[in-house]
Amino acid sequence: MKEFLEGSRTVARTVRLCRPGVIAAYPITPQTHIVEDLAQMVADGELDSQFINVESEHSAASVVLGAVAAGVRAFSATSSQGLLLMAEVIFNIAGMRLPLVIVNANRAVSAPINIWNDHQDSVTVRDAGILQFYAENNQEVADLVLLAYRVGEDPKISLPALVCMDGYILTHGHEVVDIPEQKQVDKFLPEFQPVVKLDPENPETMGYLGTPEIYMETRYALQETMLEALEVITSASQEFERIFGRALPPFYEAYKLEDAERAIVAMGSVAGTIKEVVDEMRQEGQKVGLLKLITYRPFPADALYEALENVPEIAVLEKAISMGAFGPVYTDLKASFQGKEAAPKISGFVIGLGGRDVSKDSIRRVFEELRGPQTPAKFMDVKTELVTA
Amino acid sequence: MTEHLFSRGHTACAGCGQALGARLVVDAAGRNCIITNNTGCLEVFSTGFPQSAWQVPWIHSLFENAAAVASGVEAALRYQGKLDKIKVIAQGGDGSTSDIGFGALSGMVERGHDVLYVCYDNEAYMNTGIQRSGLTPFDSNTTTSPPGKASFGNWRPKKPLPQIVAAHGAPYVATASVGFPRDVERKVKKALSIEGPKYIQLFVPCPLGWRHEARLTYEVARLVVETGLFPLVEFEDGELTRVRQIKPKPVEEYLKLQGRFSHLFRDEAGKAEIAKIQTIADANIKRFGLVAEKKEKAKESKKQEKASKS
Repeated sequence: MKEFLEGSRTVARTVRLCRPGVIAAYPITPQTHIVEDLAQMVADGELDSQFINVESEHSAASVVLGAVAAGVRAFSATSSQGLLLMAEVIFNIAGMRLPLVIVNANRAVSAPINIWNDHQDSVTVRDAGILQFYAENNQEVADLVLLAYRVGEDPKISLPALVCMDGYILTHGHEVVDIPEQKQVDKFLPEFQPVVKLDPENPETMGYLGTPEIYMETRYALQETMLEALEVITSASQEFERIFGRALPPFYEAYKLEDAERAIVAMGSVAGTIKEVVDEMRQEGQKVGLLKLITYRPFPADALYEALENVPEIAVLEKAISMGAFGPVYTDLKASFQGKEAAPKISGFVIGLGGRDVSKDSIRRVFEELRGPQTPAKFMDVKTELVTA
Repeated sequence: MTEHLFSRGHTACAGCGQALGARLVVDAAGRNCIITNNTGCLEVFSTGFPQSAWQVPWIHSLFENAAAVASGVEAALRYQGKLDKIKVIAQGGDGSTSDIGFGALSGMVERGHDVLYVCYDNEAYMNTGIQRSGLTPFDSNTTTSPPGKASFGNWRPKKPLPQIVAAHGAPYVATASVGFPRDVERKVKKALSIEGPKYIQLFVPCPLGWRHEARLTYEVARLVVETGLFPLVEFEDGELTRVRQIKPKPVEEYLKLQGRFSHLFRDEAGKAEIAKIQTIADANIKRFGLVAEKKEKAKESKKQEKASKS
């Protein structure tokens, strides 16, 4: 049913349809509306779930870890510092192969403290072994929550997933969304069947000490599984379209890319603004396009190569940077092209940190910059007069 | 031979009080339990893949989160309607309980989860090499509180963790020592018969870290109680309800068995420090009423008699 809803409420309504038995959360802006809505649903008897108010994000992640280990589907949401505090637990959840979904309201990382949007928080946990999906709009957030549970709980995968939505821009933005029927969701997302669980009938030890004789194999298996998830994401996205009647591209959305001479690669809500600029520039006769990256982990390197191999000039537009190096997506994309036949010019741009508006003008300037020399990590819209040498 | 739920195959040191304690706890709890375990000696020596000494479902996640993981396990069991049949136990060492995992423990108790938390108190971070924790006793020699020309070792007394947990309003809090194994069993069983968050701080000597002979574990674990340095007490709903009474022995008898206190036996200055430790024991005896009032009164009257005669 189509409704006009806030992004956070859209997430809460979708999570309710996924029937999590345990929800744990700690307040952090701008994620709070999600768990407030879920708490109200539990209070109103509309959601049969144990809602646990924890004393930190570290414990929020630990509570859902315990719940999944005991065989129950679980959910949490966080943002920024909260995600960083969870980081230790997230590596552990992934290593223990426990599937669960966390929604991250993307927010800048301190210092200076800043509650507005960028992607530094979630890209920082990219190495953990948690699947990562980025949404452009609220419909996509809802759809990715469903997809994330489905893929993560696949017994071949059994991994946690992070669904990323831009703080304020999406969490607090109202849009028309299509919330699916419970019957459809139950069909797409059957009851959780854990691969291993804590059960006195069959006592298992979980979380062994891994000596050098076996540790490396567990990490190798995790990497192999992450790559295998690419196939599972593809088949789940096909199943998604069959059941819900709308497309959810598995890895990326290509926008006017086919004959593009210049293209931007970006994640999240900024894709909406970029599409508008692409439309305007196309009307002016300029062959520009967009690749909106949805699946960041696992990184769909081959699919991206195929999608972009005929584009001579590519800009990776990122709301994050690995300090002292480059933007994380830029690095991954360059690696995907290294040693291959197609060798487009790939430049990196850092934009919109800490909620700095990304205007259509800035995006236009990125397209223009692409014609100049290759640049690995150019900060856009920096007020140089504020930066002392 | 009795079948233990914490069985053979672990790699604990000879005389390890924690291995003894873990066996007492899980045997008293029985098969229908799920254990969550902080990182530490117990986790390392009992679950080196592919061997596990645990015959009950057991999970280790991180150093500081056993209480939070147990909260999640408990919530899941509640959701599944299985909580009446399965008990949840969280456990960790003194460092993970009193320091890095203190917030998680406090949260678990404050939220009222139906979980028994067992702190195996061997009074320092043994797994990382005998560093000081919040439960290290006064003047103890650890690798991060070494005695020297300007120090007698650890400069603070133990954090009063049982009282702190009791102050949360936990329905049951107790201290126990592996020197009194039947008492440990009774307390674990009692705790598990009560709904809500429970806390047991179990005194477990560490021959390696405390530098005493492996054969003395039991004796050390009895003497700490008999001197008044580790009172065996029970709190119900925040109120002190039961104590194990003692005929106090001087603290020297306990201290002299352990290398971690040997620096106190070298000179007069060390003697003064031992006197300070005696005041800690005396304060415990007074605070918790460890010496039966009747006997005390009898002593008092005898003293008075003597005084009047002389």
